[in-house]
Amino acid sequence: MELAIFLIFFPLLPAVLLVFSKNAFFQKWITIIASTVIAAASVLFAIQYMKGSGEYSTFICPLPNQLIMIGDIILALVFLFICRKLPLRRYWIPLLVIVQYGLVLFYDFSGRMPEVTHYLYLDGLTAVMAVVIGIVGTLIAIYTVGYMKHYHHEHPELSNRTHLFLATIFLFFSAMFGIIFSNSITWIYFFWEITTVCSFIMISYSREPIAIQNAFRALWMLLVGGLSFALAIIYLADSGYTLELQRLMMMPVAFVLLPVLLICFAGMNKAALYPFGNWLLGAMVAPTPASALLHSSTMVKAGVYLVIRCAPILKGTTAGAMVALLGGLSFLAASAMAVSQRNSKRVLAYSTIANLGLIVLCAGIGTSFTLWAAVLIIIFHAVAKALMFLCVGTVSHQTNSLDIEDMQGLIASMPYVTIIMLIGLSGMFLAPFGMLISKWAVIQALAIRSPIFPAIVIFGGSLMLFFWTKWFGQLIAIPNARQQNLEQGIGIEWVALWGLAILTIAACVCYPLIGQYWLVPMYGWNPMLYDKIELSIAIMLGLMLLPPIILLIRKKHLVYTTPYLGGANVANPQEFMGSLSSPRPWAFKNYYLTRFFGEEVLMRWTIAGSIVLLILMFLVEKL
Amino acid sequence: MNAWIWGIVGILLTPVVAGLVGGIDRVITAKMQGRMGPPVLQPFYDVMKLFSKQNLVLNRFHHDLVICSLIFTVAAVGLLFAGENLLMCIFALVVGNVFLVLAAYSTNSPYSMLGADRELLQMLAAEPMILLAAVGIYMATGTFDINLIASGTHSAIQYLPGVFFGLIYVLTIKLRKSPFDLSTSHHAHQELVKGLSTEFAGPSLALFEIIHWYETVFVMALIYLFFASRPIVGIVAVLIVYFLEILIDNINARVKWDLMLASAWVITLIFGLGNLMLLFILK
Repeated sequence: MELAIFLIFFPLLPAVLLVFSKNAFFQKWITIIASTVIAAASVLFAIQYMKGSGEYSTFICPLPNQLIMIGDIILALVFLFICRKLPLRRYWIPLLVIVQYGLVLFYDFSGRMPEVTHYLYLDGLTAVMAVVIGIVGTLIAIYTVGYMKHYHHEHPELSNRTHLFLATIFLFFSAMFGIIFSNSITWIYFFWEITTVCSFIMISYSREPIAIQNAFRALWMLLVGGLSFALAIIYLADSGYTLELQRLMMMPVAFVLLPVLLICFAGMNKAALYPFGNWLLGAMVAPTPASALLHSSTMVKAGVYLVIRCAPILKGTTAGAMVALLGGLSFLAASAMAVSQRNSKRVLAYSTIANLGLIVLCAGIGTSFTLWAAVLIIIFHAVAKALMFLCVGTVSHQTNSLDIEDMQGLIASMPYVTIIMLIGLSGMFLAPFGMLISKWAVIQALAIRSPIFPAIVIFGGSLMLFFWTKWFGQLIAIPNARQQNLEQGIGIEWVALWGLAILTIAACVCYPLIGQYWLVPMYGWNPMLYDKIELSIAIMLGLMLLPPIILLIRKKHLVYTTPYLGGANVANPQEFMGSLSSPRPWAFKNYYLTRFFGEEVLMRWTIAGSIVLLILMFLVEKL
Repeated sequence: MNAWIWGIVGILLTPVVAGLVGGIDRVITAKMQGRMGPPVLQPFYDVMKLFSKQNLVLNRFHHDLVICSLIFTVAAVGLLFAGENLLMCIFALVVGNVFLVLAAYSTNSPYSMLGADRELLQMLAAEPMILLAAVGIYMATGTFDINLIASGTHSAIQYLPGVFFGLIYVLTIKLRKSPFDLSTSHHAHQELVKGLSTEFAGPSLALFEIIHWYETVFVMALIYLFFASRPIVGIVAVLIVYFLEILIDNINARVKWDLMLASAWVITLIFGLGNLMLLFILK
């Protein structure tokens, strides 16, 4: 318990220090030391809660409610300060702030909030989330130090506010730990809104018009989620049930379904599920570490974390099925739209939405099998996706391009970064690694239910396979000519890249243990022992060792040649003899299937469909 | 222990059976086209000759990726015959397929890469139906465990006629037969030259042929699982389905990718998912 409190408050120290240190040297070492401490503490925390079921904590500090109240007031003022320069016609953004904080503070002051006895709740799920934030998050923080140096080198016109960026990252850690450890819903709400502020600061970092515009879009969309959260608090306070998340989950479903749905709505909003998916796409203008940290591996995970927490109430209800369908729709639509994207960051953003949708789908069903799968997807996705973002960020620095077509043959010019990227990609989709195990678990768990859910997972999964393999193949298309090495100048970034690559492999090899020690005590059974699956997985994992070995052994008896070009080869293998008897270069571009999966084809329907589902979700609750 | 023996027997017998089937395929095709055709053992002669040739490659990884593909495709068949989890077998086959596509990409040759892209399209078109068929078998028999499916008392086919039809439809895609031989074809006359396998020569091409044998047996075994409680009927059904595939191959011209994708998905949704929904409601 002490560790949990330490993890919430400790990151504030480096955050404050960083605000005042403009010196790059101090920035670097404060980040490294603080990150190491946080990572170590989170691992210790996870070990403490190994094999342990949940534990409540009563004491934390005097006058906790008053503190949070003051915190809420400050946050409301921060939001209003952010909105000060908005044109009048966007009055509804500050209005969203005023309405939600007005309501919550009114209830606070009138003393109508129910008493909370247990402020913290710690169990296997918090342990997993803590490790994700504590290790993946801090590796990204270390990467940021190197990244921002390059970033400002490339954009000399921007004022260097790296210290604030790093400080925001640590403030964000504190808020994330706050969300996952808190049992009091008002506390979660407080930390929740801090992450929204962090997200705004990071997206608008460059202060360019497009960044400001997208930051405000993210802000108002996230504030809608905040409003829903505030409404849930008001409802619970008004009906006098409870403001403790765990106790809420033990209430009769009929009483608390509405506030739980409101909380789920906030969670899905944070997780950028449709109809709110577009804020996440816009957030990609932020520097890449922000995309990796907030918009793929941690902040959006807080959203799905909350939905997973709500699973006991959702399980078996029609409204829960609607939540699952919303997740499924996001999974399917985002996977499809990712097929049509050439910009690597957009592909990653869409696939993030897709995976979050898959997690929400699992949580909405809410059986122990699907929850087991959901938590595993959180782990695999956090590690592999953070890795992918950092690789893409590095590549874009070295080659000035985010276009996947420009990554053709990257393995020749940036061999190590590409190998790391291939590890990340394998973790995303190749059996028997992470995502595929989860896909198996989802299909297996859902096949007993309505066939709709397996069908969604199957179609979405096939689309994912398509765009990941396409990208994978593009990277390893080995150029016919020798390439210049472009990996010079990558410094401290290597720590994060290799660290995450090793973590990805470790997660893929060790996930049965993760399940055994942290998830089984929580959910009560081990799907790994189901339907003889463990032998198949062991065989496949064993076989997966072979490809790297085979690729490393140098073969004899190979006769090298040039590509087939219809017999019109010339000396340069990248050219062919054109019909006018002069050599012409050939080029190859991939399929993007925009006629079927383009944004302009699918987006409208996705948004419309998800709004209908959202309305249905709240309507069926009333019936 | 029994499972291991079955798995190994499956792995060893597959090339023999599939090679013979391939030979018969070629004879029947020739007869349909009014030709003499090669001897039944021709596929074996082909593969043996290919192995004796030079291994022409564009880079040193290209051949290795074909080997990786073979490993996983063989593993898929082995797991299937050993009676493991059906979903896992399908995933192993997918991994094998992915490696094949990667091998084609790694060559960085335009025809080959276009073939790789198209093979991905074929997977995109066929994969959903195959996995839905597995879900259907689960709904009909209550398990993904192939051993239990095969030793069950009633066959899945009586619950899943629609799924079966859908599976036959995508089988043509999976076996890369006309009208869905977009990524590569057995005949070198297409606009992609040989597509996916353009740059495979000598031993690499031989391995590619063997991979194709394993794939063929895998999908035929899937067909058999629908009739598992009556082995004779099952084998007859497999033979009829394969004959149908030859017939379809010979009376159709290649279609464009959009038609393939759209038709495969529509059939998957109507016949596959429709069948499963009916089963779900009626049960």
